Amino acid sequence: MTSFRFAVNVTPKPGILDPAGRAVEGSLGHLGIEGVQDVRIGRRAELTVEATEVTVARAVVERMASELLSNPLIEVFEIESIAGASSATDSQAGAD
Amino acid sequence: MPVRVGVVVFPGSNCDRDTVRALDLVGAEPVVLWHEQASLDSVAAVVLPGGFAYGDYVRAGVIARFSPVMRSVAEFAGRGGLVLGICNGFQVLAESGLVPGALLRNASLRFVGHEVAIAPVRSDTAFTRGLEIGRGLRMPVAHGEGRFYADAVTLDALERDGQVLFRYVDPAGMPADPDHLANPNGSLRAIAGVMNAAGNVAGLMPHPERAAEVILGSDEGFGIIRSLVESAAQAVGQGPAVIGTGAR
Repeated sequence: MTSFRFAVNVTPKPGILDPAGRAVEGSLGHLGIEGVQDVRIGRRAELTVEATEVTVARAVVERMASELLSNPLIEVFEIESIAGASSATDSQAGAD
Repeated sequence: MPVRVGVVVFPGSNCDRDTVRALDLVGAEPVVLWHEQASLDSVAAVVLPGGFAYGDYVRAGVIARFSPVMRSVAEFAGRGGLVLGICNGFQVLAESGLVPGALLRNASLRFVGHEVAIAPVRSDTAFTRGLEIGRGLRMPVAHGEGRFYADAVTLDALERDGQVLFRYVDPAGMPADPDHLANPNGSLRAIAGVMNAAGNVAGLMPHPERAAEVILGSDEGFGIIRSLVESAAQAVGQGPAVIGTGAR
């Protein structure tokens, strides 16, 4: 088995009011920042999957992302591979 | 024999006792169902109460959706069983896809905890029998993620098909626009409660069980609980004779 590290980025669907993004936008003036628009606030999950190969690992993440981490009615998600608990190492030996 | 109504308890539920009390007042036999149990103990209806199941992590209701009891609730609903979700219970039902729409963060970004008025849109459903269409019922809201959302096509369909059950109304009794104070969370088309197409699963954000007797400041939520119990009694052939008056 190999460890694969992923990040799942979840953001509000285009067109859905994002009051948190709007609040951030509204506060930028206090920071003296101008010219920033369309702030959208989402959430990000990072995780490690043990699998035989990357396509299998990615399928697991896809399912997690679509069924739990995001709600397809209101959110979209993107999956990215990230470095970290790197591939290639056999993770049987407990780290830490 | 009083009709048995299940009250599901998730880790973080906090309106389960209020719901049990309200069911008692109506004359039902409340049956507490722990979320890890798969059996619904032969209840005639299920209430998912308010609270903060699993701390509302990720999105309110989504983690509770995967509790063992929810598989049984979904099967029960699929067979036509009556299910009512209140507040967090509504969020769980929406995340489960058992009722349409989603509950987003309140437009104000504030947690809202105060009294609102909601008006029944229909009086011929399992959840609104005997209620007066358009008459505001006072009861509290207590939530941070209650802004009802569905896309415009879905909203039109819900209205056309009679799936909108309750609307937030202003003091004049008119549906409260998303930016009106009487609409506590910015819900689209002032929708406070909806039901599924089959009419046996419903959710609403306000708390009828917290407005079920005068000592609570309002007993105007009582009729919703009574309607559920009467409908459940009818569904299992016990007739409405078991229904209490609420006066106690």
